[in-house]
Amino acid sequence: MRRFRIPLVLLVLALASVAAGCGSEESAPTTPAATGGTVATNPCAKDQLPLVNGGKLTIGTDNPAYPPWFGGTPQGEWKISDPASGKGFESAVAYAVAEKLGFTKDEVEWTVVPFNNSFKPGPKDFDFDINQISYTPKRAQVVDFSDSYYDVNQSVVALKDSKIANATTLADLKDAKLGAPVGTTSYDYITQNIQPSQQPQVYDTLDAGVAALKAKQIDGLVVDLPTAFYVTAVQVPGGKIVGQFPTVGSQEYFGMVLQKDSPLTECVDEGLAELKDSGELAQIQQTWLSDKVSAPVLQ
Amino acid sequence: MEGDRRSKILGGMSNDARSVVIALVSTIVFFTALVLVITNSPGWPEVKSAFFNPTVFKDSFPEVLRAFWLNIKIFCVAEVFILVLALLIAVIRSLPGPVFFPLRALAIVYTDFFRGIPTILLIFILGFGVPALGLSGIPTSAVVWATVALIIIYSAYVAEVYRAGIESVHPSQDAAARSLGLTRGQSLRYVVVPQAVRRVIPPLLNDFIGLQKDTALVALIGPVEAFRQAQIDTSATFNFTPYVAAALIFVSFTIPLARLTDYLNERSRRRRLAAGIAA
Repeated sequence: MRRFRIPLVLLVLALASVAAGCGSEESAPTTPAATGGTVATNPCAKDQLPLVNGGKLTIGTDNPAYPPWFGGTPQGEWKISDPASGKGFESAVAYAVAEKLGFTKDEVEWTVVPFNNSFKPGPKDFDFDINQISYTPKRAQVVDFSDSYYDVNQSVVALKDSKIANATTLADLKDAKLGAPVGTTSYDYITQNIQPSQQPQVYDTLDAGVAALKAKQIDGLVVDLPTAFYVTAVQVPGGKIVGQFPTVGSQEYFGMVLQKDSPLTECVDEGLAELKDSGELAQIQQTWLSDKVSAPVLQ
Repeated sequence: MEGDRRSKILGGMSNDARSVVIALVSTIVFFTALVLVITNSPGWPEVKSAFFNPTVFKDSFPEVLRAFWLNIKIFCVAEVFILVLALLIAVIRSLPGPVFFPLRALAIVYTDFFRGIPTILLIFILGFGVPALGLSGIPTSAVVWATVALIIIYSAYVAEVYRAGIESVHPSQDAAARSLGLTRGQSLRYVVVPQAVRRVIPPLLNDFIGLQKDTALVALIGPVEAFRQAQIDTSATFNFTPYVAAALIFVSFTIPLARLTDYLNERSRRRRLAAGIAA
């Protein structure tokens, strides 16, 4: 009989630990479900919104927060910029939407959400995430996207003495070694529309891509146009925007990411629609991205 | 009643057979319970579609497999250089006599330093730093420099494995060789090193399993290998299944290597025991 003891003890221990792990997850409930009973209230009223942190609107973005999307002097854990400054395009848009939802500046909290975390399964730790994430139908099967807050074009940055510095067509980029940050539609544009002869390189962060460009490991770095202006203005003084890419298929746009089927999505979209109608969104874009509109279009 | 009959059946078996049956039942019960707990958890459907989505798997597996070819190439090239460089370092470190002190010190500094430095850092320094120097004649390829970084780091580890092997050869072997008229170098070449290498083959393979996984770090400076391809597919679909595909490919490469290591370990243990009895 003694032989039974060890496996049984192990089994019980293993089961207990599994059960404990399971229990602790249950004790962290998701956002409160819609309050029963109240029927005629506005679902977008501030006190009806299902928030991850009651009373506060929690907005996520990745760290570092890059210009021109975010501005201000970095505070606390934030690097390069401070999302809570209200400066920079995405910060300004986020606060404008928050205001439409009825939140003052003090009632907005920012949280670091690495790109992968914005679509991990399970409950989210943000109400919405604003991080230059492009809408695609496949992605929208997993999370909710708000409507567009910025229609985006991709572009290519190169050193001034690069062999593609004077390219005027997409075909001119065919033999170039191109790179893009991982997880971006910039990479998709390279593989689907440029289809270069050399395998494109992929980087974890914008900074790594810029380092590779400076080290001449790639001829061109493909990023969205506003980011390209930041790269050439700040990070690569010897660089230039070769040109922006023509839209292929439907217009690409950035949307805010929310929990799949979140009741908040509709409210954010309403806020965005109001901002568009009043011209406020165009105003914000003028303020933060104004000088970032003109670059030759590669044919 | 039920328990009685079972123990009677088990009682009728040999000890070995009984162990097998108990192990089998215990394993089945354990994993059934585990699977039941997981699949009945409230978030399981969501987790299942995020990590085990058949459509996404089918789309990304061939792409990840194609990218894995780069991992294999890096692994094979690095492996050859590591075996040679590490042996050189280990031999230098084992050189006796005060004359060789500077060389020994260099070897010690090398192994200490490169075992301590994070692989990621060295890949960044070599991959982005060296090409940016703009020296002519130096390759700028990210794959080349990442491979060099892996060779440098792993040589430090493997040199220590070799050294353990060299030190495990009894000094009397060297003394006997020298008394037969072999020079110090000849004794090392024909007597000590061959015995040492044979003894350390299992731990060597262990390090190569580690190397095989670390080839994924090459992606940090741009090249698209299996892990990076999975990441690309994941961000295109917002689904983590491509990582599972990458894991399966890595594991299917690692497991045969691990089994071989175990087999060689067992064989060398048997041989040593047999040798002990014969002596």
